[in-house]
Amino acid sequence: MQTYDLFDIIGPRMVGPSSSHTAGAARLGRMANKIAGGHVKRAHITLFGSFATTGRGHGTDKAIVAGILGMEPDDERLRYSMLLAKEADVEISVDFSEELRDHPNTAEIEIETRSGNITRVCGASIGGGSILITEINGLEMELSGDYPALIVRHRDAPGVINTVTNILANEHVNVAFMRVFRHARRQDACMVIETDSPVSERVCRLILDWNENISGVLAV
Amino acid sequence: MTGYCFTSGEELIAICKKEGLTISEVMLRRQQELSDNTAESILKELKTTLHAMKRSVEEGLTEELESVSGLSGGDAMRLNDRAEKNALSGALAAKAAAASMAVVEVNAAMGRIVAAPTAGASGILPGVLFTCAKERGWNDEKLLSGLLTAGAIGSIIAANASISGAEHGCQAETGSAAAMAAAALCELDGGSADRCLNAAAIALKNVMGLVCDPVAGLVECPCIKRNALGAMNALISADMALAGIPSLIPFDETVMAMRSVGRLMSPDLRETARGGCAATPTGRAIRKKLGLNEIEEE
Repeated sequence: MQTYDLFDIIGPRMVGPSSSHTAGAARLGRMANKIAGGHVKRAHITLFGSFATTGRGHGTDKAIVAGILGMEPDDERLRYSMLLAKEADVEISVDFSEELRDHPNTAEIEIETRSGNITRVCGASIGGGSILITEINGLEMELSGDYPALIVRHRDAPGVINTVTNILANEHVNVAFMRVFRHARRQDACMVIETDSPVSERVCRLILDWNENISGVLAV
Repeated sequence: MTGYCFTSGEELIAICKKEGLTISEVMLRRQQELSDNTAESILKELKTTLHAMKRSVEEGLTEELESVSGLSGGDAMRLNDRAEKNALSGALAAKAAAASMAVVEVNAAMGRIVAAPTAGASGILPGVLFTCAKERGWNDEKLLSGLLTAGAIGSIIAANASISGAEHGCQAETGSAAAMAAAALCELDGGSADRCLNAAAIALKNVMGLVCDPVAGLVECPCIKRNALGAMNALISADMALAGIPSLIPFDETVMAMRSVGRLMSPDLRETARGGCAATPTGRAIRKKLGLNEIEEE
């Protein structure tokens, strides 16, 4: 049986009208911004399923844009996000797709940063404002955004996980949840480690430099 | 899990009796255990939530609002006007209903609200709490206890059944919110823990089977008016419990009954906007006007 605490029931504080279609959507946008590393120049959003059919009336597009601009789900400027994006010189385009995805409330967000990096994040709003990031740049994963998280891109090879968990242990970072995803044996893989405390930039660099099989470390 | 964790009404009452505590006091201790935070920091966070609730009521009762779809806005002010003059249902009840509608109108206009337990049922708890606080002279500290008691009831319903309209229909949203609010009112007005659970059970029974049928899939019609009903439900359920009227069916059994009813409900009646009000000729016409696809017949 799942345990619900006080703030699961009395909360979240949010801009309406829908915890899944608005608050969750804003969180998806914010996670996409963090994963892309901020400094957004252009964002292309594709909405699927129920996001696509009732998204306009629920302000789903506005909420995702607000998140991409770094706003929290309870930011009252959320309804003006399209205007704010224009003012901030962030180019926005939105597609409402008829294609169906695994989860009815799915969004795909492609972000190009000022320095020209392109990141594609796919995620779903799974109810009550909770979200799940399901894909980053084509690599499937599961990331809730409820905890500080470390995303480590690496080659599937023995000892890589050991490197990462050892460094975290030495830095007194407690791991709450951890999962490893891979495309195929000995190929592109990804670790998602949700932690009790945030992982610093210094620790991220340490992990990146330690093992040649690790190609990217991102704290979100 | 240790001392203060509960997942049923029976367990909650047992802890209240053993420790000589109210439901809100047990809930605060449970939250301390679950979150590893101090009582002070939990209450501080809860106070921010209480103030956000208060602002949403005030905003909805004083500002001209219109929802994004254009379907709603301004009804809370209309009802509040009548409540202040000569409402048939009495000034307090009508004002509480108006305040509840106000929050959901703010929600539909993309304003800031607190889900309690959901956005669609966000009006009931603040609506009755702030209206009764004025009448009874309850201060913020007392209202925080109300939120804790409401949270306790909601957490039991969520764990054993659901608070989501997509799962169990509107009975799980405005029904749960009314049950939470009824228990909160009961405790704040001096009722025992037993009576609080009676109040919650009565409120849930009153709307058992209520379907979730939002026109065009939007949290507006019939949601806003159902929050008004939820406020009335909370008030009368609290009054019944405080008058010493028991709930023949105990709270825990009522929650399980709500779950069975939810499971018997057709998906058309669970937030999919394919049944009930949403499927009426008017509901369909509104849907079409807003540029949405027609309801798919199975």
